[in-house]
Amino acid sequence: MTQHVLSLLVEDKPGLLTRVAGLFARRGYNIHSLAVGTTEIEGLSRITLVVDVAGSPLEQVTKQLNKLINVLKIVELEPEQSVQREHMLVKVRIDQSTRTQILEAVNLFRARVVDVSPDSLVIEVTGDTQKIDALLKVLEPFGIKEIAQSGLLAMGRGSKSISERIFKNQ
Amino acid sequence: MVTSTSTPKVGEPPMMTGSGALLKSLEILGITDVFGLPGGAIMPFYDELMSQTAIRHILVRHEQGAGHAAEGYALAKGQVGVCIATSGPGATNLVTAIADAHMDSIPMIAITGQVFSTLMGTDAFQEVDIVGITMPITKHSFLVTKPEDIPATVAAAYQIATTGRPGPVLIDVTKDCQQGSAPFIWPDKIELPGYKPVQKAHGKQVQAAAEMIAQAERPIFYIGGGAIRANSQKELREIVEAVGAPAITTLTARGVLSDKHPQNLGMPGMHGSVPAVLGLQESDLLIVLGARFDDRVTGKVSEFAPNAKVIHVDIDPAEIGKIREADVPIVGDVREVILDLLPEWKKVKKTAKPLTAWWERLETLRASYPLGFDELDDGLLAPQGIIQKIGQMSGPEAIYAAGVGQHQMWAAQYIEYERPGAWLNSGGAGTMGFAVPAAMGAKIGQPDRIVWAIDGDGCFQMTNQELATCVINDIPIKVAIINNSSLGMVRQWQTLFYDGRHSFTDLQPLDGPEFIPDFVKLAEAYGCLGIRVRTEEEVEPAIKLALETNDRPVVIDFIVSREAMVWPMVPQGVGNSNVQYARDHAPSWDEE
Repeated sequence: MTQHVLSLLVEDKPGLLTRVAGLFARRGYNIHSLAVGTTEIEGLSRITLVVDVAGSPLEQVTKQLNKLINVLKIVELEPEQSVQREHMLVKVRIDQSTRTQILEAVNLFRARVVDVSPDSLVIEVTGDTQKIDALLKVLEPFGIKEIAQSGLLAMGRGSKSISERIFKNQ
Repeated sequence: MVTSTSTPKVGEPPMMTGSGALLKSLEILGITDVFGLPGGAIMPFYDELMSQTAIRHILVRHEQGAGHAAEGYALAKGQVGVCIATSGPGATNLVTAIADAHMDSIPMIAITGQVFSTLMGTDAFQEVDIVGITMPITKHSFLVTKPEDIPATVAAAYQIATTGRPGPVLIDVTKDCQQGSAPFIWPDKIELPGYKPVQKAHGKQVQAAAEMIAQAERPIFYIGGGAIRANSQKELREIVEAVGAPAITTLTARGVLSDKHPQNLGMPGMHGSVPAVLGLQESDLLIVLGARFDDRVTGKVSEFAPNAKVIHVDIDPAEIGKIREADVPIVGDVREVILDLLPEWKKVKKTAKPLTAWWERLETLRASYPLGFDELDDGLLAPQGIIQKIGQMSGPEAIYAAGVGQHQMWAAQYIEYERPGAWLNSGGAGTMGFAVPAAMGAKIGQPDRIVWAIDGDGCFQMTNQELATCVINDIPIKVAIINNSSLGMVRQWQTLFYDGRHSFTDLQPLDGPEFIPDFVKLAEAYGCLGIRVRTEEEVEPAIKLALETNDRPVVIDFIVSREAMVWPMVPQGVGNSNVQYARDHAPSWDEE
């Protein structure tokens, strides 16, 4: 397993994403997925990064990220101790003969149909990476026209929060 | 002049323009000298600069000169260097110097003008995204668009540039920000929640280090530029003497432990002394203080000091384990760590292994491979002897700035450095053209010291326009051009590794007119004293005249042989055990 999930608490400053992405590019680290959004604290954002660190140790990646002035905190989220979710929209070809099968798959995966047209459906699904991959595998034979996928979102289990210590320090 | 747009009431912060606030902030931080060149987008700030006396502004001839001058100033004085440029090409001309400061961890604040915030992103005249361009080569950067943000930004920039592992910080200020007004409020506290450099190390790690040193049979201190940044000269000497182990000082650390110190084996690396290179190779414990295992020091990493354990002290946690795994990692300021290590060492000193056999081996290396050079067949001067003579005649209190290449290595090898801040060079970036502007900056920072720029003829032609700055502002630096009419270091590699095919490294045609340009005439055109030296007999009198001439800069054009090479040398890509003392001592170069 060379993929790791990192959760970064960052100051919401212009150019921040460039700093993070640029760091990965120039040091030769691979970003597998990236998701950015606001947090419960104004002025702070959270970046969830899935990094592929086959070539360089994770420790070096986090140390370099920590050197960015606007990065406040980095936490590695282990799969066992965290909730990890992806979100995907997928447009599938549909006709009279495949319609039922596809809708069965949608129900089976607890996905939702969010748009219907005579020859296609848009399906929305949320879940961990394995579930998303499994659904794609099932839908593939019917003809996938389009996919839009979010980066992985992750959060530690239990009552602790990533921003707790930040507040205590101040 | 700090312009007031309205009279503030008692107790209210004064109203100031953004440019006035910028100036006031620099003043509060104790900045006394800045280097720059104006242009459209920085004009409001220059208007403020003109009508005050607290800060001396040196008008350079090229922004790169301002950047290197700020570096030279910072290195010589141990304080932050400040350079200023306008937007667009002015800002991009600073880029090389900013990258240079980043590589060598030099505290620098670069202030650039930016087009009106309303025009940003429209490809306006002289607009470049300098914050974007410099992101990978600054410690941090700021874009300021509101005058009320100036004081806190400048305070934060200063804090970031000068603390922890120092480095360059860029402040890009839009023209409307400079023109606008806001109450001037200097921050009581600098808010940088994501920036907390560790100063003091974990006690247990320091204790472990002391124990590991006591266990070692062949320990060696590997001292880097971080030792200079930490102002650890005194404490460093104490720990080196207390332990009794040999020490080496890297290119950026030259002088932090005196070259005269009996435990100093000299400089390691590609052109290091044989005792320093092999001392590291044969060691069983590297005590690394503020160094980063640069590839020019380690050679092939997998073969570097193969039997050594590593104690690695650095203020930047990312340097520890980046290249070489550390057995005892210590994050902290070098000086603070040594202060903690000294009492720990006292506790374990009695159990320490004797270093007699280790020193015997090193003394043999020292006796067998002293630093030395041969005269050349072409009858031209040997450059090493000239540089050595400059060092001997100018002494340890002088400052020596170098460009990059052969002359730089010879200046690192043949001048004896006895204090930090005496040797200024571009180590990590390897920036040709560093010497003249860096020497200029150093002379501003240390006006009472003799300041030499030891330069190559290739380097000199990149930045010599700053001689005009020196003449006009009464900055009497001394320039020694080690003129071999070629890009000597590249030529050396071509001689050794490319079958002597000297592809585009001769700066003068071998059969053409002798001097293009004539550096003596060039020096005179600038109003400097120009001296040409071709023979051995002329060397000393020329240096003497240069040392006696302080009413203007001096340029000595030393015509030297292009056949001279830098030895010892470890060819790139091989282990350091393959160090060659001289070409005669080299086995086949085909190994590579």
